[in-house]
Amino acid sequence: MQETQSSSFEIVAREDFSDVTFLLEVRHPMLAKAARAGQFVIVMEREEGERIPLTIADFDREAGTITLVIQAVGKTTREMQQNCQVGTRLFAVVGPMGIPSHIGGKKKVVCVGGGLGVAPIYPQARAWKESGAYVIGVVGFRNRGLVFWDEKFRAVCDELIVCTDDGSAGIKGLVTEGIKQAIAKHPDIEELVAIGPPIMMKGCAEATRPHKIRTMVSLNPVMVDGTGMCGGCRVKIGETVKFACVDGPDFDGHLVDFDDLMARLGRYKEAEKEALERFQESCRIRGEGAAAPDPAVALDRPSTDG
Amino acid sequence: MAKKKTIRTIPQERTPVQEQDPKERARNFEEVSLGYRLEEALVEADRCLQCADEPCVRGCPVSIDIPGFIQKIVEKHYQGAYDIITDTNLLPSVCGRVCPQESQCEGVCTVGDTLEPVAIGRLERFVGDMAIKEGWANVPYIEPSGCRVGIVGAGPAGMACAADMAKAGCEVVVYEAFHQPGGVLKYGIPDFRLPNDVIDAEIEKLRKLGIRFECNTLVGRLFTIEQMVTDMGFAAVFIGTGAGYPSFMGIPGESLNGVLSANELLTRANLMRARDFPNFDTPLQPGKRVTVIGAGNTAMDAMRVSMRLGAEKVMCVYRRSKAEAPARVEEVHHAEEEGIEFNWLTSPVELLGDANNKVRAMRCIRMELGEPDSSGRRKPVPIPGSEFEIETDMVVFAIGTNANPILGQTSKLKLNKWGYIETDESLATSIAGVYAGGDIVTGAATVIQAMGAGRKAARAMKAYLGLRDTDCVYAPETDDPAGRRFGIPVEEHNFARVRLL
Repeated sequence: MQETQSSSFEIVAREDFSDVTFLLEVRHPMLAKAARAGQFVIVMEREEGERIPLTIADFDREAGTITLVIQAVGKTTREMQQNCQVGTRLFAVVGPMGIPSHIGGKKKVVCVGGGLGVAPIYPQARAWKESGAYVIGVVGFRNRGLVFWDEKFRAVCDELIVCTDDGSAGIKGLVTEGIKQAIAKHPDIEELVAIGPPIMMKGCAEATRPHKIRTMVSLNPVMVDGTGMCGGCRVKIGETVKFACVDGPDFDGHLVDFDDLMARLGRYKEAEKEALERFQESCRIRGEGAAAPDPAVALDRPSTDG
Repeated sequence: MAKKKTIRTIPQERTPVQEQDPKERARNFEEVSLGYRLEEALVEADRCLQCADEPCVRGCPVSIDIPGFIQKIVEKHYQGAYDIITDTNLLPSVCGRVCPQESQCEGVCTVGDTLEPVAIGRLERFVGDMAIKEGWANVPYIEPSGCRVGIVGAGPAGMACAADMAKAGCEVVVYEAFHQPGGVLKYGIPDFRLPNDVIDAEIEKLRKLGIRFECNTLVGRLFTIEQMVTDMGFAAVFIGTGAGYPSFMGIPGESLNGVLSANELLTRANLMRARDFPNFDTPLQPGKRVTVIGAGNTAMDAMRVSMRLGAEKVMCVYRRSKAEAPARVEEVHHAEEEGIEFNWLTSPVELLGDANNKVRAMRCIRMELGEPDSSGRRKPVPIPGSEFEIETDMVVFAIGTNANPILGQTSKLKLNKWGYIETDESLATSIAGVYAGGDIVTGAATVIQAMGAGRKAARAMKAYLGLRDTDCVYAPETDDPAGRRFGIPVEEHNFARVRLL
């Protein structure tokens, strides 16, 4: 009989990619075994915390761990950045949630990751590679200093195009530049998978639309339970309304109403801003986190993953 | 026994229960009904005629021996009353509060033919609360059966099934996707109707029966129903995952900010304690002028929660009239007392937003009742040209739920055309050894109906597992070195119908 684990999830590794981006490896053997590319988990750092959805960036079935990559932008993620050290435990981790990405049956695919989407696009690229496809990776960062997992990607991609806003690494420009290059070079691309901020995924969908390349995007709306119960994550897909948590999170990018998605991401902005300000104030009192960025900027991405 | 009571000798008036003043309570989350005090309970218990045909027992979805427990109150043997209730219902403090007694036990009460019916629900709550206060627990002697039973969902259906299976000697594990057990009792029903510590106390009693709760476990995705039966060693499985998936109407403007489902509002406010923001992190932007669409119990909860979160005005919009409202009469009454404005015969047609994509108004149309429809209720039809706008900054949809799709996506369970799990009469699903009950089978219903379904499935599961029905409870006895109970040898005692009171 298998033992299940249902409380107290130990952090076994941590890596900081930048001032705001960090990686956690969490022990959860059953979840590592069940997880598939495209799925997410809901995490509560502590009992009074909020439930935040985070895409599973990687999983190691042998070691029994899952990998989460977090961008410290709101109160909860900042607090996690401070508190989640190796040896500490998360109050709740539940998943894997969502329908796994449909991978296979295509010969040539592009996997695009930008910002926080870079980490979760990795298991997709790997799964496509394992399915026998020719994989072109396109990953975007602001500058060279923020680039991570370069080697990991090269190991699973036949080609890798790194894009930076300032051109300090790879090509200069957004991931859409990389997509244009890839399409120009490979007219036989059958599918593109994009994970990142909504505005990036919208750009990707527009880049492929004229070429009629099937484009799957992973949506990240605000959610509470992640099990189809609250309806907070409803998104417009063509003429229909879907719940990203149980009907997604992957949808056809050519049908997604990204403007609606982006407007809805700001639903709890005021309360989130208040929480963050209080948190920063308490950090100042304790003499920590003095260099925290401006909350108005950080709140571009509220309590969701990337 | 005392002289037989008649309808003329019992106290004629139903004993009122103390309630918090409406003005005051509309701004706090303390419980509305304060419950009977001892002397009040004794007067009310005296109103039960102990009639021979006991219609109340048949009116109860779990068949509590109602005259039996009321008689124990009359005799001032309160723990005896508790033992009788918990023979069939492990959660008296919960059911005493949230059952729609007026359409169940109290609706058929013999006294009710002439006078107001006996306040059975309040008496049940009185006994349940006393048990929590006094620390009573009806932990029967349980003979291990060697069977492991898995329960999916720690709501009312799952808890009721778990209790019966544990009493039958099974090792019971209850899986819950949320971080706390309780299901709708925790995320849905607000504290002022059902305080969280009452739920926790009742769950603690289930733990005393040996039931293990495993939270943060999403069955279907972490492991499947089939895996539970084949790999995880569960001899039988019960699914009580509830309905969940909230409905919207499909009118323009539903994706505006400030528009949400009652489930989201209630989950944020109750389970996630957004009302204690910022001590708890979950945000909830409370509206100043809140409009709730629907008139069921969930709608009443959503409205009363909004009031307590500080709304200046809370309005209900319902397309039929008050007579057709599905909520309990008491809930509508409480909501009215608290100053909630009801717009009967009104249907929303569009939600209007401002420049920031936030809802600012609801355009409605007046309705009138036409011919009866398939539900037997008169069908509401729009009155042409009667459209008008309600100024509002928060719109809550409480118009029901659909089936949650996760188990359908991840198992071979047979579903009906609406996505609910198909079962036979005994609540067996299409997979051998797997049973289901509650909202995920019937669609949205009440807490006690879900508990009734959990118990019904438990009976079928016991039969499937070849277990004797242990509805007859054995009380634990003082240690006898020979292991004999009441002089009955161990190997015999499961056949004996013995009860210690």
